[in-house]
Amino acid sequence: MSESAPTHAPKMATLSLSDRLKPWLPLLLVPALIVLGYFAIDSTSSWLTLTVSGLAMGMMIFVIASGMTLVFGLMDVINFGHGAFISFGAFVGTSVLLALGTMTGAPSLMLNLLAIAAAVLAAMIVTGVMGLAFERVIVRPVYGSHLKQILVTMGGLIVAEQLIYVIWGGHEIVIARPETLKGAITFAGAALEKYRLLAVGVGLVVFLALRAVMRRTKIGLIVRAGVENPEMVQALGYNITRVFVGVFIAGSALAGLGGVMWALYQEIITAHMGNEIMILVFIVVIIGGLGSVEGCFIGALTVGLVQNYAAFLEPKLALISNIALMVAILMWRPMGMVPVIKAK
Amino acid sequence: MSDAISEKAGTGFSSGNAPESLPILQLKDVKTDIYQYHILHGVSFEVPRGGVTMLLGRNGAGKTTTLRTIMGLWKPHAGEILLDGAHINGLTPAQIARRGIGFVPEDMGIFSDLSVEENIRLAALSGQPIPERLEWIFGAFPALRTFWKSPAGTLSGGQKQMLSVARAVVEDRELYLIDEPSKGLAPAIVATLAKALKDLKNRGATILMVEQNFSLARALGDHVVVMDDGRIVWTGAMAELSADTALQERLMGLKMEHA
Amino acid sequence: MNRLLSGDTPKSIVLSVLLAVIVIALAFAPFLFPGSRSLETAARICIFIVLVASYDLLLGYGGIVSFAHTMFFGIGAYGVAITIDRLGTGYGALALGALIGLAVSGVIALLIALLSLRVRAIFFAMITLAIASAVAVLVSQLSGFTGGEDGMNIRIPRELTPANRLGEVFGTRITGKTLNYYLVFGGSLFLFLVMLRIVNSPFGRVLQSIRENAFRAEAIGYRVVYYRALATCLSAMVAALAGSLFAIWLRYVGPATTLGMEIMLDILLMVVIGGMGTMYGAVVGTAIFVLAQNYLKELMGGLSEATASLPVLPELLSPDRWLLWLGVLFILSVYFFPTGIVGRLRGTR
Repeated sequence: MSESAPTHAPKMATLSLSDRLKPWLPLLLVPALIVLGYFAIDSTSSWLTLTVSGLAMGMMIFVIASGMTLVFGLMDVINFGHGAFISFGAFVGTSVLLALGTMTGAPSLMLNLLAIAAAVLAAMIVTGVMGLAFERVIVRPVYGSHLKQILVTMGGLIVAEQLIYVIWGGHEIVIARPETLKGAITFAGAALEKYRLLAVGVGLVVFLALRAVMRRTKIGLIVRAGVENPEMVQALGYNITRVFVGVFIAGSALAGLGGVMWALYQEIITAHMGNEIMILVFIVVIIGGLGSVEGCFIGALTVGLVQNYAAFLEPKLALISNIALMVAILMWRPMGMVPVIKAK
Repeated sequence: MSDAISEKAGTGFSSGNAPESLPILQLKDVKTDIYQYHILHGVSFEVPRGGVTMLLGRNGAGKTTTLRTIMGLWKPHAGEILLDGAHINGLTPAQIARRGIGFVPEDMGIFSDLSVEENIRLAALSGQPIPERLEWIFGAFPALRTFWKSPAGTLSGGQKQMLSVARAVVEDRELYLIDEPSKGLAPAIVATLAKALKDLKNRGATILMVEQNFSLARALGDHVVVMDDGRIVWTGAMAELSADTALQERLMGLKMEHA
Repeated sequence: MNRLLSGDTPKSIVLSVLLAVIVIALAFAPFLFPGSRSLETAARICIFIVLVASYDLLLGYGGIVSFAHTMFFGIGAYGVAITIDRLGTGYGALALGALIGLAVSGVIALLIALLSLRVRAIFFAMITLAIASAVAVLVSQLSGFTGGEDGMNIRIPRELTPANRLGEVFGTRITGKTLNYYLVFGGSLFLFLVMLRIVNSPFGRVLQSIRENAFRAEAIGYRVVYYRALATCLSAMVAALAGSLFAIWLRYVGPATTLGMEIMLDILLMVVIGGMGTMYGAVVGTAIFVLAQNYLKELMGGLSEATASLPVLPELLSPDRWLLWLGVLFILSVYFFPTGIVGRLRGTR
């Protein structure tokens, strides 16, 4: 509502430099954090290793969290069951990788990447279809009520997690990385794990692709407009529900991709891994600003870096450090780093 | 649908060639509740093809609710709404928009995170806005050309209203619903908007407009529908209403400012 | 009686009878159901009624979803355990421990509430989930302070232990354990009546009107954040007291028994099944849930064996998959049964 209030003064030309810089401040947070880490950690090589590790983790969390934050932004739907897609993605992907043992075991980068691509594809298809079912059966009847959404999606999470036990059994599964992605390369005296570099690359590609879709395509325009004012998008002639279902499916599939990435990162998977990751995801979407892809990206990298630096400096405080980060950022910007403007 | 749009594409705002006798819009005994409140208690009126129909009445009479009900943003629980003789009640807002209604809401509904260009592009259902129409828009509202690539959120209130109107007219529509375009704007900006709307009307567009500013309503309006307390209390020609001060006072309960 | 219930009577004959049966069964549990296992169950029901009712204060009356309720429960339990560990056994240490748990819970709840509720109520669910998980991890890591994964045994005053033999009544042996049970029962009853009073006070009514329409309540002039924060604190403090009772009863605290996510889910299920926003729903929901937990698992085990020759089914029916069916039941009750058993019995939708 406040957006419609008559504003006479603000024009582009009258914005001061600091006003113009303000929205971009959060962007500086990630480099600032990396520089801070450099001074806090004595050994440059450890710092480099931790930074890559933190960025890899952040990228994976971003891949998982991006769909969730958009789903919220677009339809005000909060999905506590998002973690189920992570776990399912990990289990499906791992099953495919185990079945393609000859391809992952071969010392050929080409074959290894092909196997991973097959695993990712299978995981994304399964979690995408799951997302469709989840939206139809679980979320659709409770549009408009946050309370019921939280309860019902939590119930959906329990059921999905239990189904993993039914399908794959209760044991954790160990999954080795494909042959050519094992080990590390040495750069400036620091050991950088090859797989983490790959994870950073994949995350970056997903981010850039998502950004391009949001900026360049009509669907992206509809989604961005819908986050701000879904009603007006409807009144312009677009079926926002259909777009929303699409976003929900895409978000679920991305969580599935994140699950596969995480499985290969940890090299071990459990039925409740999704839950554990979701704690970080929640922190990321809150500090990023619910509904904002850019905020989600910055938040994810920040959380990944803080987690890794803190684990090195004071292992017991790794998880607490992220809570502290969340508290600090919410005190600085109560709506998150990139607040999303809502028309109502 | 898309054929009809491309056929009429151009600078002229023609409104089809259906028989003149059939009103473009008919409301029959429409009743709308918002949550537990009854807002419209049976609204019936017609909007004739071509020209501007003014929807007048005091605050809270139900004018905005009427427009939103036509648009499908509130669902009426009784009554019929016909566009070009076909029922549109029960359709989603998106379907109604695609039947050919352009909508300028009370709060302008600008997407402040999108640039001016993106706002306009989103409104062009056929893909890209037609160059000739863009020229008309830039002619009427030069500010939009200046801030073409800027985020719409940085526009002033008046410029946002211009963008909202521009967005509705970026393609030909059967009918334009415009909710109080002069609200809170400086006189100079209101004059710019009035000039553009007048031009729109002269090109054959059909407009249903809510307006509190009577001098603007009188300058633009051909037909008048007056509402009070969720009902229609008077319909007639603008000429008749503007000539009769006593009638104005009786209908709207306040002395209209006469410019 | 009416005054004791703060004027909020059950308003349904079936519900009144059901409540009377539960209260009488719990009041005379040591005599009606001899045996340590059934006494364990009865004490568990008492404590969970308080815990669930305090959660209902937040969820049902305030419309706020929290995932940190077990954290406050745990703070109460650990408060007693750690105080006794440091100061030695004694009633003073027990009371002090409970008080410390109460205070710490209240302060943490206030901080979380102020941090998250001032922006959006929905942040609260996510922030509490993150914080509660972090605290659970922290508790198992700080083994020097909290006993880590193993938890801590609590030496309570001898008068409250089974070693204190007091003779027989109606053929039932009375020991310190019986006294301990009545401490739990009395404490639970008192806390429940206090909460009944809270929700029927003007404060409770404002809270409900905020749940119905936060904007309108704010417009009328109520400070929504203030009321919600207060509800959060009250709810957390009662949960902490329930935790203290639980610690005294069990003479043990550990992460799994007080902080686990499983317990959080149990609480959610009990509130929803019993009926959100009714207080009595906590009583009915808890009693039914705890009993069902025992018997349904046996039933599933039987069904699983009976279908052993079929594919998949035995897997689905295995007692380990009890949560699966609870999850399904939970979703269905939120859809079709949002007011729970109490709502049904009272005839509201």
